[in-house]
Amino acid sequence: MTMTQEDLTIADPKMTARGIDVFYGQKQAINNVSIDVGTDLVTAFIGPSGCGKSTFLRSLNRMNDTVAGARVTGTILLDGEDIYAPSMDVVQLRARVGMVFQKPNPFPKSIYDNVAYGPRIHGLAPTKADLDGVVERALTRAGLWDEVKDRLGESGTALSGGQQQRLCIARAIAVDPEVILMDEPCSALDPIATAKIEELIHELRGKFAIVIVTHNMQQAARVSQRTAFFHLGTLVEYGKTTDIFTNPKQERTKDYITGRYG
Amino acid sequence: MTFNAAALLLLIIGLALIGWLAGRARSAMLAGRAGTKLHSRPQYHGWYVALWLFAPAVLFLGVWSAASPALITNDVLASPAAESLPAFGFERGAILSDARNVAQGRQIAVRLPAAAPLVAPYAAATHKYAWIGIAAMLALALAGGLYAFTRIRPDFRARTRVEKIVMGLLLLASLVAILTTFGIVLSLLFESIRFFRLVSPMELLFGTHWNPQSGAAVKDTFGGIPLFWGTVLIGAIIAMIVAIPIGMMTAVYLTQYAAPVVRKWVKPILEILAGVPTVVYGYFAALTVAPALREFAVLLGIPNASTESALAAGIVMGVMIIPFVSSMADDSINAVPQAMRDGSLALGATPNETIRQVLIPAALPGVMGGILLAVSRAIGETMIVVMAAGLSANLTANPFASVTTVTAQIVKLLTGDQEFDSAKTLAAFALGLVLFIVTLLLNIVALRIVKKYREAYE
Amino acid sequence: MNRATSPTDWKGNVMQTRIAKRYAAERRFKLFGLGAVLLSGAFLAFLLFVMVGNGARGFTYTHVAVPVDFKAMPLTIDAARLGDPDADQVIANAGLADIVAFAADEALGDGGSALISENAWKEVRSAIKDDPELLRGKTLFELPAASAVDVIAKDGGKGELAARVDALAKDGKLSTGIHWPFFKNADATDPAVAGIWGALKGSVLTIFIAFIIAFPTGVLAALYLEEYAAKNRWTDLIEVSINNLAAVPSIIFGLLALAVFINWFGLCQASPLVGGLTLALMTMPVIVIASRNAIKAVPPSIRDAALGVGASPVQVVFHHVLPLALPGILTGTIIGMARALGETAPLLLVGMRAFIGDVPGGICSPSTVLPMQIFLWSDEVDRGFVEKTSAAIIVLLIVLLSMNALAIYLRNKFEKRW
Repeated sequence: MTMTQEDLTIADPKMTARGIDVFYGQKQAINNVSIDVGTDLVTAFIGPSGCGKSTFLRSLNRMNDTVAGARVTGTILLDGEDIYAPSMDVVQLRARVGMVFQKPNPFPKSIYDNVAYGPRIHGLAPTKADLDGVVERALTRAGLWDEVKDRLGESGTALSGGQQQRLCIARAIAVDPEVILMDEPCSALDPIATAKIEELIHELRGKFAIVIVTHNMQQAARVSQRTAFFHLGTLVEYGKTTDIFTNPKQERTKDYITGRYG
Repeated sequence: MTFNAAALLLLIIGLALIGWLAGRARSAMLAGRAGTKLHSRPQYHGWYVALWLFAPAVLFLGVWSAASPALITNDVLASPAAESLPAFGFERGAILSDARNVAQGRQIAVRLPAAAPLVAPYAAATHKYAWIGIAAMLALALAGGLYAFTRIRPDFRARTRVEKIVMGLLLLASLVAILTTFGIVLSLLFESIRFFRLVSPMELLFGTHWNPQSGAAVKDTFGGIPLFWGTVLIGAIIAMIVAIPIGMMTAVYLTQYAAPVVRKWVKPILEILAGVPTVVYGYFAALTVAPALREFAVLLGIPNASTESALAAGIVMGVMIIPFVSSMADDSINAVPQAMRDGSLALGATPNETIRQVLIPAALPGVMGGILLAVSRAIGETMIVVMAAGLSANLTANPFASVTTVTAQIVKLLTGDQEFDSAKTLAAFALGLVLFIVTLLLNIVALRIVKKYREAYE
Repeated sequence: MNRATSPTDWKGNVMQTRIAKRYAAERRFKLFGLGAVLLSGAFLAFLLFVMVGNGARGFTYTHVAVPVDFKAMPLTIDAARLGDPDADQVIANAGLADIVAFAADEALGDGGSALISENAWKEVRSAIKDDPELLRGKTLFELPAASAVDVIAKDGGKGELAARVDALAKDGKLSTGIHWPFFKNADATDPAVAGIWGALKGSVLTIFIAFIIAFPTGVLAALYLEEYAAKNRWTDLIEVSINNLAAVPSIIFGLLALAVFINWFGLCQASPLVGGLTLALMTMPVIVIASRNAIKAVPPSIRDAALGVGASPVQVVFHHVLPLALPGILTGTIIGMARALGETAPLLLVGMRAFIGDVPGGICSPSTVLPMQIFLWSDEVDRGFVEKTSAAIIVLLIVLLSMNALAIYLRNKFEKRW
């Protein structure tokens, strides 16, 4: 099951990962995964539950560092810089590579403060006027501005599930990232909210590199241009989305796509 | 002979045991004879008989123990020797109890000569009522036992009945808590009302001069403000200045930064700090902390520095409360969902920014509740202030001076020989009532805040 | 890349300085946390250090060598009566105290009898009762020194007495030994013979009474609330009562005991009975709360399984749930009892704040408890009591620590994680 260089690489990738192993204590969760993440593209990670897609996603912004006993080996480059090098500042990395989680997790603060949190911490908006502008831009991009512009002081947790997730996306956008990682962002939402988020991903596509983990194959087919199929901690196949879904090269991929296991 | 409750209790238990064996044997025998199966196992029949034997007798024993002293005294008062007693008052009570002690074998000889003629009537009455009591108790026991015994049949639902009794016992046990609360409220209220007949509540709550005298209630001596101020200064201000920062930062470090090994070792240390008896803290404060602080104050030229100071008591009390604050803060911070922490870190915040700007504000209601409970604990504390803060009612803002608190004064008022009815004793109850109400309010508010906060995260 | 605004200059000076500051703040914050933890530990260490430092010497006592010659100063008693129950009184009446005082004057010089404890003759009395042969000859007794001498011998001092003590030490007449009376005797006014046994026995009796009242009541109440109680206002009231009682200041229970147990019921004052009742009321809510947690931890599947084989509700609880919850219940009870053992405030009000010179005989005799003894001694002016107080504190801490250690051991060994 070898993949050619041609399969893995993209022209002008934003992030490249080579030979990644992730261990939780003694247990190996990711086994020798190599992949490129394209700039201006949406890349989808699909695969059955427990196959390691979220784990791999979390190593792209070093969120695995917060898990006790987690160990990552291999190289991951962001714009050519090794993100696991000691010279890489993890705080900066996470501003450049943002994350949206499966269950919406707005802070128990006002909508404004939720979005303003990141810029405030990183000092991205020196004046109040600047900060107002950043907040408005982020909320607009997240497609939430019109719905909340009159109630920015209300608590973020008072919004509906779909709105909360868009708030979290706005929050991530506000720090001006280059990559946005999304870990099953729609699995806790109803179909209408899901549709809105998918629409949002379309709009954001040109401005950020997006990686989305999803267990919903149809969603992957809808939103992504590149798809990676993970199985039991290894990367089985990676290529253009249309190719993967209509003409998969690997047997396992075909079996998963056609629903023989899941 | 005297009515020895303990011996009689043992006797009843012995009888109950016999009843148990008899009941069990009988039920087994009846079942064997009839060839049918029992509804309940033999031991339940045994328990049924035993309980019917035990309960009425013990109940009677309890009632009789409470009532017979009054009956005995009545008999004695009706006897001719009692005519020479003074009509009422302290002396009368003393003579009566002197005679009673001799008659019942607690004393060898009378101390008051006037009590001598009363010894014989007391002895006679004690004797009489003891025999009556024992006879009645045994009769009840036997009656109950026999009644239960005759009801034993193979189809008798002994187990069901026994279990009903057990359930009743459980309910009774739970009611003890309500009873205790009522007891506290009623006894405090009762005595306080008697106090407020002598001294107006306004004076107690708002008066500024505290100097209770023996004997009748002198005007303007029961002003509680110096006490309330002392309590607040030591418990709510100084102790909290020590306990809150250290307790919170300890909790933060343990939950966010410490390796599991460190957590394993530090938690027991905090538990030990919490388990040291308050008298030890008080002694430590009086022996080491207070003199050191006094020297420090003298060095700085602060006037009125005393060897019993509010600061000494407050600091040691704060140390005592650290584990309390730490544990509540720990629980509250841990209750914040991990997702919140992840969300903040994923935005590129440092751990301390995450803690200060996301976790602690999220945990704030729980932490506030914990602080209120800590304050409630601090103001109810007695030994540390009695031993280290002193008993002089001083209305001063100088923490190096000696102040007193509500709890210390309750102790002082009830020490020494007083009539139970004197103004000083009653004042102690009135202070107790104030203390009870304040801590109750603090606890209710605190628990309500914590409850609402927990619900928000579930 | 298609961006609406210019990208953030992460590598620029402004950003780098800011990030450096943030990391510095992070380090400081972490240090504060560590400092707080260390400070707590330091407080505890300091407390223990002071107590042990002061109290360690409370376990030893200075003795003075005094030869007593019974041939020269015979004790006129009938040796056969030494086995009688009133032998103590007989010996005392025969003037043993004077003989010992005289012997001390002779051996130690003028005023020598003031250098030994005024109760030292009682040690001679015990020795005579053990071995009547002593009455026939001369024996060298190691008698407890007077409290003032002991203080000087341990801490040094100035003045005439100190000089005499130094002289005695040079002559080799002073020795230090374990102070057995500390463990065997009840309280006394003379530090040379004051001991903690009276208070210890009082504590044991009081805690025993508290236990037999609070434990069944607490466990049964917890069982009722967790297993059988319907969700109605009465149950709420019970729960609220228990939670509030657990947070009521301990001195209020003392007031309750004074008003109800002593004044209304007329129970024996300052006795383990009243003390135990008071502590029982105080400890019951703690036991209820701990027991409820232990019972809650037993999974519903156990109850369902028991009901499934036809057990009655009472049998389910007593045969299945209770045994499984027992380790947690015991742990909570031991911790509650340890707290009660250290309580002083409520007992102050029921009369235990009195000088009790005898070891308590039963649950109705006047007695005191160990923390109270510590409190009483801390008030004493005589310097000889300072180290006794700390020594008593050491004993109390050891007892409490053992109880807590036992509770933790039980919890770790038997608690199942479902």
